[in-house]
Amino acid sequence: MTKTISFILNGDEISCDIQDHWTLLHLLREELGLIGTKEGCGNGECGACTVIVDQLAVNSCLYLAADVQGKQVQTIEGLAVHTGSLHPIQQSFVDNGGIQCGFCTPGMIMSAKALLDKDPKADQEAVKHALAGNICRCTGYVQILDSVAAAGRQMAKNQGEGAAAAKDPGTITQQSMNKKAGEVIT
Amino acid sequence: MSGYNVVGQRVPKLDAAQKAMGRAEYIQDVRLPGMLFGKILYSRHAHARITAMDISKARALPGVHAVLTGKDIPSKMRMGFYKDNPPLKADKVCCFRDEIAAVAAVSEAVAKKAVSLIEVEYEPLPAVFDPEAAMEKNAPLVHEAHKSNVLKLPWKLHYGDVEAADKASAYVVEDRFTTTWVTHCCLSTSGAVALFDASDNLTVYSNTQIPSLAQKDFLETLGAMGLKGKRVRVIKPVIGGGFGSKLDTYAYEHIAILLAHKCRKPVKILFDRKEEFEATSTRQPTVIYIRQGCDKEGHLTFRDIRMVLDNGGRTSWGATTPSVMMMPITSLYRVPNVRYDAKCVYTNNTYAQAMRGYGNPQATFAIESCMDMLAQKAGIDPVAFRRINQNEPGDVTPQGFKITSCGLAQCIDAVEKELTQGRPLEEGEGIGYASLIHVGGGARIYKSDGCGAILKMDDYGRVDIFTGGTDMGQGLDNMIAQIVAEELGLLAEDINVVHTDTDVCPWDVGAHASRSTFVAGNAALWAARRAKQTLLAFGAKLFEVAPEDLVMENRTVSVKNDPEKTMPVDKLLRKAHFSPGGTMLMADYFYDPPNENMGKDFKCNLSVTYSFGVHGVRVHVDKETGKVTVKNYVAAHDVGRAINPMLLEGQVYGGVIMGLGYALSEEVMIKEGQIRNPNFRDYKLFTAKDAVPIKAPVIETHDPDGPFGAKGIGEPGCVPTAPAVANAIYQAVGVRIKDLPITPEKVLAAILKQSKGS
Repeated sequence: MTKTISFILNGDEISCDIQDHWTLLHLLREELGLIGTKEGCGNGECGACTVIVDQLAVNSCLYLAADVQGKQVQTIEGLAVHTGSLHPIQQSFVDNGGIQCGFCTPGMIMSAKALLDKDPKADQEAVKHALAGNICRCTGYVQILDSVAAAGRQMAKNQGEGAAAAKDPGTITQQSMNKKAGEVIT
Repeated sequence: MSGYNVVGQRVPKLDAAQKAMGRAEYIQDVRLPGMLFGKILYSRHAHARITAMDISKARALPGVHAVLTGKDIPSKMRMGFYKDNPPLKADKVCCFRDEIAAVAAVSEAVAKKAVSLIEVEYEPLPAVFDPEAAMEKNAPLVHEAHKSNVLKLPWKLHYGDVEAADKASAYVVEDRFTTTWVTHCCLSTSGAVALFDASDNLTVYSNTQIPSLAQKDFLETLGAMGLKGKRVRVIKPVIGGGFGSKLDTYAYEHIAILLAHKCRKPVKILFDRKEEFEATSTRQPTVIYIRQGCDKEGHLTFRDIRMVLDNGGRTSWGATTPSVMMMPITSLYRVPNVRYDAKCVYTNNTYAQAMRGYGNPQATFAIESCMDMLAQKAGIDPVAFRRINQNEPGDVTPQGFKITSCGLAQCIDAVEKELTQGRPLEEGEGIGYASLIHVGGGARIYKSDGCGAILKMDDYGRVDIFTGGTDMGQGLDNMIAQIVAEELGLLAEDINVVHTDTDVCPWDVGAHASRSTFVAGNAALWAARRAKQTLLAFGAKLFEVAPEDLVMENRTVSVKNDPEKTMPVDKLLRKAHFSPGGTMLMADYFYDPPNENMGKDFKCNLSVTYSFGVHGVRVHVDKETGKVTVKNYVAAHDVGRAINPMLLEGQVYGGVIMGLGYALSEEVMIKEGQIRNPNFRDYKLFTAKDAVPIKAPVIETHDPDGPFGAKGIGEPGCVPTAPAVANAIYQAVGVRIKDLPITPEKVLAAILKQSKGS
């Protein structure tokens, strides 16, 4: 059965025709071309396909596309369109070695975001709980947990400073190194 | 301080932002116009003859473009080094994993449906699942033409006189250890896309660790198909995890090629997770008999090991893991007399491949468990026992390995210090240690252990470097970028590392043996040196000084001690380019390390240098449940030099957790040849909730041959983990578990047995 659904995808209202049996993962990847959401198992066991539906991290491989009618869906593509304006969680994963092969990364970041949006000061146990459904085979989780903790600190700070989020001046990033080098040659 | 600007810096992974944004394209994301989808039918029996196969219904299904069976496979087409594995099996199946038919169709759904419509009749045959039983006289033959289940492989060595040393030893222990199947669990499942151009030249998109060797395998496939003289191009999308799983070519790649040729369209085969568990390879399971002795002072006198390896129904690289097991067996600690004999035996189980450590974790599990047992028998503290026997710089081991830089002693110190300071042991806690040796300067398995690099600089001071090496997440791109940037006085972000395409990248033997930083890194370094030489010669003319009076730093070329005479690199490059008789800056280098192939007696200097490490772990064992909790983990490694400490730590952390899974929870459960847990619910990987506190002290010994002194670190992190845990459990509750994984059931059973006995 085909039906038409409307929902908000990464801030934009969209309307599309879907089949009843499609998963949200199928809709995102195969129909809408949003390949940032990954399929690692198709059974809700690895978390690579995690997206946020109405503030809740869900396995999009288990979530029926029809069920997003009228809801807000956020995928990894909705967080940033330029490496210069990464979301604090993305930036933190980059800076703290939270990414190796990267296949689990979008799902990992979306799980972290669902948590930190609610509570940027979440403690490590809460972070571990929030990420328990996201498998990573490369990192041993150490640098992922560091990344989420640092991102939480940054987000709490940003909240404290209001909408005008300031970058942590103490963080050495490749960008800041570039800037320094850029000064040398101009 | 190192005196370096880029080497030694925690530069984020060059592709990390792309990956964090979901923009990295993996094999899952490769879509080509007109692409068809392939699906494979596997055996329903562990051992059977195929008596009939009817593909008419599958072929008649709308949307199906081709159906292939074993009868369509060119007769010469065999995969694997032992050549016992056609991509599709025609007459007989030897394991559940055997591929017997394949379909190409307009969609995955149609392909899946078509596969389900293929009707197969089998005549089941007696099967054998235990490698030791398979060696018995009347055991069913897995391959009748082979006449024996024991593979004809030469894994046997004897250095010194083990029997005399055994007799002369003050203390001797012996035991039997087993390791079982575990698997890579790359988060990205396997897949390939094959397509032919109008002249039968082949392109394969594949997430392979061995682009150059895959190219050779695919050329052989073309040859068997009657397409000699055609070209093969291998393109690697972003690889979602490797760990050795992509070190051989697989049936699905060759089947995609056959289907693409038959359909004259691109064909993609992508595994689902169940297929990933059932149809890719495992770590090599082993049965290990070890006997080891020492003198009164605790010096090792001999090591005698016999192994039986379950080869499964077909042969991939798992059968060659004894060649690497020889390394810890002959060379971990000073041991003058060594004997080793390994037999690979066909069974009707699945078959093994390379997996991080390549046999080293299995051998080290037995050796290091046995080290603790021997220390106890000799009445020597386990750490002191290791110090007595530790390798030292300048040693030549019985196998002929020349130990150059060696930080084993410093690693022991670092781990002991971390684990014993502060909190004393509580009830039910114990500390265990285990060491490792691994190749750290390449490994001459093939006739060449080389890697090529081609470097060019543009008019804007940027570098493109084409390497034969492969980044599969471990961070080779950064190693190369940081090495080249350091040499040329640039920033890591000025370096674009291209490793994705055999049409433009030079040859490399593959991302194995922890060799990429050392070999691909040295190739890149020498290419950069050549480029630098050319550029400085040009700059010397311009500034009217000698080339050695120039320095490249901060993206500029300057005359030493003359701050007036300086020019940005990009400007100098443009001057070189746009002068009359101008030149573009290009350089190449093929680095083939001065290591040696194994001789007939396996003696050689396999690697230019060796990596060492020591792991220590504090565990708590719950005596009521047998549950083991890792309280602290310390993994110290002699890495030569950390090119990028952040990525290096990532390799160690990841290796340790993979090793802890091997030690405690992971097992591909196979019953009568069939995998019972092909999913992440039942195959127990560590999750974020199981994350443990890990410290990773880095010991820098500045290896004379490594690029900026670096040695390999990709595999060592998971090598000594299991024995460290087993030794800690023994220290905690006095039971020794000799069979991996060390599940609560095994621990509890041993505790109960022990309390009954006492």
